Amino acid sequence: MEEKFFGHSVIRKEGREKVTGRARYVDDLAFPEMIHGVTVRSSIARGRIRGIRYGEGIPWSEFTIVTAADIPGKNEIALIEHDQPCLASEVINHPEEPIVLLAHPDRYLLEEARRAVQIDVEPLPAIFSMEDSIAKRAVIFGEDNVFKAYHLEKGDVDAAWAKADIIVEGEYRTAAQEQLYIENQGMIATANPADGVTIWGSLQCPYYVHKALVALFGLPAEKIRVIQAETGGGFGGKEEYPSIIAAHAALLAWKSGKRVKIIYDRAEDMVATTKRHPSRTRHRTGVTRDGKLVAMDIDFVIDGGAYATLSSVVLSRGTIHGAGPYFVPNLRVQARAVATNAPPHGAFRGFGAPQAIFAVERHMDQVARAVNLTPEEFRRRNFLRKGQTTATGQLVNEDVNFDALLDRAFRESDYHAKRERFARENPGATIKRGIGFASFMHGAGFTGSGEVYLASVVEVEATREGIVRVLAASTEIGQGANTIFSQIAADALGISYDRIEIARPDTGAVPNSGPTVASRTSMVVGHLVETAALGIKRQLVDSGLLCDACTEDEFVRACKRYIETRGPLRSRTQYEPPPGLQWNDKTYSGDAYGTYAWAVYVAEVAVDTVTFEARVTDFVAVQEIGKVIHPVLAAGQIEGGVAQAIGMALYENVVWRDGRMANGQMTNYIMPTAADIPPIRVFFEEQPYPFGPHGAKGIGELPMDGPAPAIVNAIENATGICVREIPATPEVMMEAMTEKAGALA
Amino acid sequence: MPETVSRISIACRVNGEPRRAEAYPMARLLDVLREEMHLTGTKEGCGEGECGACAVLLNGAIVNSCLVPAIEADGADIRTIEGIARGDQLNAVQEAFLECGGAQCGICTPGMIIASVALLERHPHPSNAEIREGLAGNLCRCTGYQKIFVAVVRACESASEKGPAIR
Repeated sequence: MEEKFFGHSVIRKEGREKVTGRARYVDDLAFPEMIHGVTVRSSIARGRIRGIRYGEGIPWSEFTIVTAADIPGKNEIALIEHDQPCLASEVINHPEEPIVLLAHPDRYLLEEARRAVQIDVEPLPAIFSMEDSIAKRAVIFGEDNVFKAYHLEKGDVDAAWAKADIIVEGEYRTAAQEQLYIENQGMIATANPADGVTIWGSLQCPYYVHKALVALFGLPAEKIRVIQAETGGGFGGKEEYPSIIAAHAALLAWKSGKRVKIIYDRAEDMVATTKRHPSRTRHRTGVTRDGKLVAMDIDFVIDGGAYATLSSVVLSRGTIHGAGPYFVPNLRVQARAVATNAPPHGAFRGFGAPQAIFAVERHMDQVARAVNLTPEEFRRRNFLRKGQTTATGQLVNEDVNFDALLDRAFRESDYHAKRERFARENPGATIKRGIGFASFMHGAGFTGSGEVYLASVVEVEATREGIVRVLAASTEIGQGANTIFSQIAADALGISYDRIEIARPDTGAVPNSGPTVASRTSMVVGHLVETAALGIKRQLVDSGLLCDACTEDEFVRACKRYIETRGPLRSRTQYEPPPGLQWNDKTYSGDAYGTYAWAVYVAEVAVDTVTFEARVTDFVAVQEIGKVIHPVLAAGQIEGGVAQAIGMALYENVVWRDGRMANGQMTNYIMPTAADIPPIRVFFEEQPYPFGPHGAKGIGELPMDGPAPAIVNAIENATGICVREIPATPEVMMEAMTEKAGALA
Repeated sequence: MPETVSRISIACRVNGEPRRAEAYPMARLLDVLREEMHLTGTKEGCGEGECGACAVLLNGAIVNSCLVPAIEADGADIRTIEGIARGDQLNAVQEAFLECGGAQCGICTPGMIIASVALLERHPHPSNAEIREGLAGNLCRCTGYQKIFVAVVRACESASEKGPAIR
């Protein structure tokens, strides 16, 4: 197949609408007779609802008021478990729990009304830390507060300690992080018994919303329709939470008989929607004197918040990525997702892996020091290689070459020269400079048998005019799905990029190609797009209307002839796993992912030892991601992920007060600006993956994993301070520095 | 709130066209543009002047329209993202954002393009530091800013080639 578009940086498919301001996001959509909706939430973390009072001075008869009693079907947000209510009716489990919904045409009056609703609550003891949850200071979920636990065992860890010359222990923590897409969440709904429910909204996964609404309304699947509006960023934050807003808007529409729009403002979006799971990881590592890993014992805990949501899956990815890209003959990972009375934590780019990789990559620097090796030499002695097995016992059968990635990353960053220079210049300097790195991997696609269960479907259809439309539920959220699907389909059919159209994700019109998550869209769904497009060509060739090597004009004529003589020209493809993949859900072993992207990232920092501020001054990202589909988009994914991870490493600090985010504003929750981000230099190594389109692997989440440990390793190189938690804010740095001074004294 | 205050009539020029709107004096210019004039290219990201998604040019100066009371728009000349292209002819900054990958999800893009246009009017050949400084009031969560920097440089290169296309 000729690669006319694959590998080239064609113009983003919907780019023109975006640069002219014509792209229509959910809040840009207006309909006649549309009214607005708001959510009345709890104000305390845990308790029993005694009553709801509607205060004086509000013309309540003009309002549509919805409580749990108005739900036609089940009061739940269907996802994995069924523990999260759509509206709390008896028990409150977190301080942002939705209880009452209001709708009115006047947004200003609506806001006054929202403040006039008082929820009378009998408080119950609440827990706000993983430690209190584990200690069962209050039991808020099941018998032990544990949403999910995994136990991964490889080799014989208990016997292996005896073979270790040195044992190194360490504890590492990562904080909650807000996705902070710039478009706040929002939904528009119409709903009535005759027509069913229709939703327009900002979302990543149309069929997740669809599933939730089917359960909530008790309607047949075809009576629920979910349409994605242009979506201003997701990063996981619009994976599961949109189901809640869609449910709320739909309930208000159902009761009022009117079209209802709910748009969160930034404060509500920040405090109420999901964030990255906070984590605590304890490592115990046995190593020989010459720096070979003998055993690793990892205790990984994440804070799931008040409901199960996706925590089990986030935990799974953290568990599998917890040992890093190293060959560890004896490994134990014990992982738990625990309940607290905070709003549920959820999907965020990386999905458990950034937390686990922060811990292991910080720890590897500590182990290296304990055996008197440089961080790079220690890692070189333990890198996973072809023919070895991963944490889950997956045999590595691709030519993973971490030595080459490391060499390139060091060359591009001038690592050795800088390390020497900084060591020379730092003594006596107020601003100390350092350089550090992390090596890591990210599994692409759903874990284990996940893709088989999803059984994703893509359709491609051709019109009489020879326009080819891709029908998939995969959403464009900025990452470039529209563009990449178009490149793949155009090359498969040998036609021009402009001839491809991407259908708007609409559950009434497109098949379920699975959620837009898990670095799966280009690799898994892109492959389906290619196969389905080839199916169109096959039909034309088999019907004698086209030869294999055709011109675009011939293709267009053949489409017309086919449709006129035989009817619709469509091709449908369903996911089939690559041959030989084996996964055992019970033992949690086998081929966790079809493939992994592999990477080495180098960060350079400057730390002001007076203010304790750390700044990233240079960044090099080297990764092997299969074949690059679109160089500009691919680099854009890496650069954006690195920037987001710089925020995670240094700036983005959720301040909690009794389970509630106290700094839910962009003024005091600080994400990196144009002035904070260093040059990010991105390099790709390409090794085709046979089961991705043209050899491509997934890359979206990879860049979230490595920067934080690389940056904190660089901080340690600069200052000698061992920071074990992120974000490494000046306060955290000061504490660590004071501890170090105390230890020396 | 509006009981004691009544709406006022606001007359201004928006993207070169005379426009009128009825609004409360302290209504946000952002809402007047989006709701009264249906110019939805200007976005709300934070509502408190931190993110720059609502940036417009007010008498040639860049402002966050979420912080500007409607009364200040009376008699003003306003330029929004809808007025940056000339018909189908994109501005050099828009072209550069398209070519260089400066827009991903697109929600910060209108504000970012307004900020870039304002920057290039102040500094036709900005240094790297001036670009960073000039765009520091506009938050982007997708790009890590790198491709936006490249786009701004590309836009001034193409402006030098083609003459003052930036305006």
